[in-house]
Amino acid sequence: MTRPLSPQFLPREQLQQFIDTLTDAGHLVYGPQLRDDAIIYAPFKTIAKLPQGIEDHHTPGSYRLNNNGSQRWFDWVSSAQGLKPLLFKPRETLWRATRDATGTVHFKSPENRVEKIAVIGARACDLAALKLQDQHFLSVEHTPDPFYAARRRNLFIIAINCTRAAATCFCVSTGDGPKCDATNNRHAFDIAMTELDNGFIITSGSTQGRQMIEQLTLNSADETQLDQADQREANATLQQRAIPSQNMRDSLFNALDHPQWDEIASRCLSCGNCTAVCPSCFCYSEQTEPTLDGTSSEQLREWDSCFTQGHSYMHGITVRHDTKLRYRQWLTHKFAGWHDQYGRSGCTGCGRCITWCPAGIDIIAELAILNSDNGETDDA
Amino acid sequence: MMHNPHLPYRARIVERIQESGTVFTLRLEFLDPEIRASYSFEPGQFNMVYLYGVGEVAISIVSDPKDPSLLDHTIRTVGRVTNGIGQLQAGDTIGLRGPYGRGWPMHEAAGRDVLVITGGLGCAPVVSVINYIAERREQFGKLTILQGVKLPKDLIWRDRFERWIKEPNTEVFLAADKGDPTWPWHIGLVVELFDQMSLSDDTIVMMCGPEGMMRVCIHELLLRRIPENAIYLSMERNMQCALGQCGHCQYGADFVCRDGPVFSYDQIEPLFAHKGF
Repeated sequence: MTRPLSPQFLPREQLQQFIDTLTDAGHLVYGPQLRDDAIIYAPFKTIAKLPQGIEDHHTPGSYRLNNNGSQRWFDWVSSAQGLKPLLFKPRETLWRATRDATGTVHFKSPENRVEKIAVIGARACDLAALKLQDQHFLSVEHTPDPFYAARRRNLFIIAINCTRAAATCFCVSTGDGPKCDATNNRHAFDIAMTELDNGFIITSGSTQGRQMIEQLTLNSADETQLDQADQREANATLQQRAIPSQNMRDSLFNALDHPQWDEIASRCLSCGNCTAVCPSCFCYSEQTEPTLDGTSSEQLREWDSCFTQGHSYMHGITVRHDTKLRYRQWLTHKFAGWHDQYGRSGCTGCGRCITWCPAGIDIIAELAILNSDNGETDDA
Repeated sequence: MMHNPHLPYRARIVERIQESGTVFTLRLEFLDPEIRASYSFEPGQFNMVYLYGVGEVAISIVSDPKDPSLLDHTIRTVGRVTNGIGQLQAGDTIGLRGPYGRGWPMHEAAGRDVLVITGGLGCAPVVSVINYIAERREQFGKLTILQGVKLPKDLIWRDRFERWIKEPNTEVFLAADKGDPTWPWHIGLVVELFDQMSLSDDTIVMMCGPEGMMRVCIHELLLRRIPENAIYLSMERNMQCALGQCGHCQYGADFVCRDGPVFSYDQIEPLFAHKGF
């Protein structure tokens, strides 16, 4: 990357022009939108689609939106999904087999037509999780996934710095946020913005991002604007939750027989919501779907969850036959095994698993118990 | 598009051998001569075998790596895919991709005594080791084979075991949970045969079978001062992608399909004692 551009100011009246510039550059632009009382990412062309003045309030098992009357578009903190579905599709074809009239079977990769996508709204926790997914799907010493790789190359990311924290946020404690930071490749993004009442402080995180900003011919942000941004960003660091430690590898692997696993299992529904919203969870199952006339069959992959019975099934044996073993598999992989596998914990502090758990299980509370002792009762 | 590692190649069934009531062997050959020429594998590695319109299964390769143009896969009919594959005949075409995983430590085993322990019907992965050593007898020390089955009829390759029993510097111990008049060997569990064996200090152990059996055998081996890093196990888990991607075979920090299926015991010891991983 060349010399970083000094922070510029994008007046709110020019946001539409910015979106148009992205569209004109050939991107399908995704942004936050209100659907079924939740913030989701979807394609849009006009900023009228963006959720103005919408704040999200999260508690364990609860997600509520309210309108705070402001003109700002990014007062929400956490979308229902992060960036994961844009790159690791919930369902996609891996290859197709066809059987011709002679009975000969042919195998063929699907046509991999990839759209250039620009996404506006990504938060620091989701960028940190993107890096984890990149590690998993693009690992060079193993086998990079061609489907993920093609989408990743074509993704242009406009990050938004959080200016609030939800009650479920804990990115400060995981070391992943709340500010988006391109130095030392901490977060990968093209552009980062902080929203003020009358516009945005806009900075680049890549050469392409810088070129895009230069096209907008903006003025440098002044001291007052930068001070306002600092103050607003500082709000997001005030978080109610924190993980007990950034590395619980040993403490969790030493607590495999802790009675708390049974206690959690008595509440957990094994529904898999936590794994579906988790921005780093990567499990998928493969499905074979033949057509009715038998002339072709598709091999698909579909998001899977370690909370399903089928996940650990092999020739008549289900390794994790109950909820306790499934929850333990999930939590110990995310917070313990992940350190050996990818050099850090698999959690970036987005808090979605807490919000979207229908039983309101709070991993922060559970980790505090599991991390404090290995569950052995003291006889003395 | 970049190379698609999920895509199978076409392979022809050269021969189909019925080994027992539920076990059969398919001898496969890649149709594409280039794939055939570039393919190589090690004992203990596996392939993904695809049945058109039904699905894929992970099957270990049991033939000798010196001839990778013909690949033997010994399969037990247990589910939808293996039942379907069992109905195919010589000349039929299937999908094949691999080889995957880390195989047996044949290099580390050179010059040492080798103890092979197998139980239940999980013997196919280690039979590749026995065959490998039998073909290269002078490169290894004493070979001891411990094989347990539920019922005498479950013992496949009985003729081979009877041949191995007669080989020099080789001991074979067989056990069946329940005996019948055709069974001249031990009736009971594999672990009960340990006292009949003599193990040198320089023994490397290769094991495959139900985890309960492997746990009991490891306990006996450690009592006999075999070091943890001289005990190797072939692990089984749900495998769907075989690329270390889909997460089903996640075992602690490892993917069994990529970092295994063969592990030394010291690598997996912390989790192996706990069910559910």
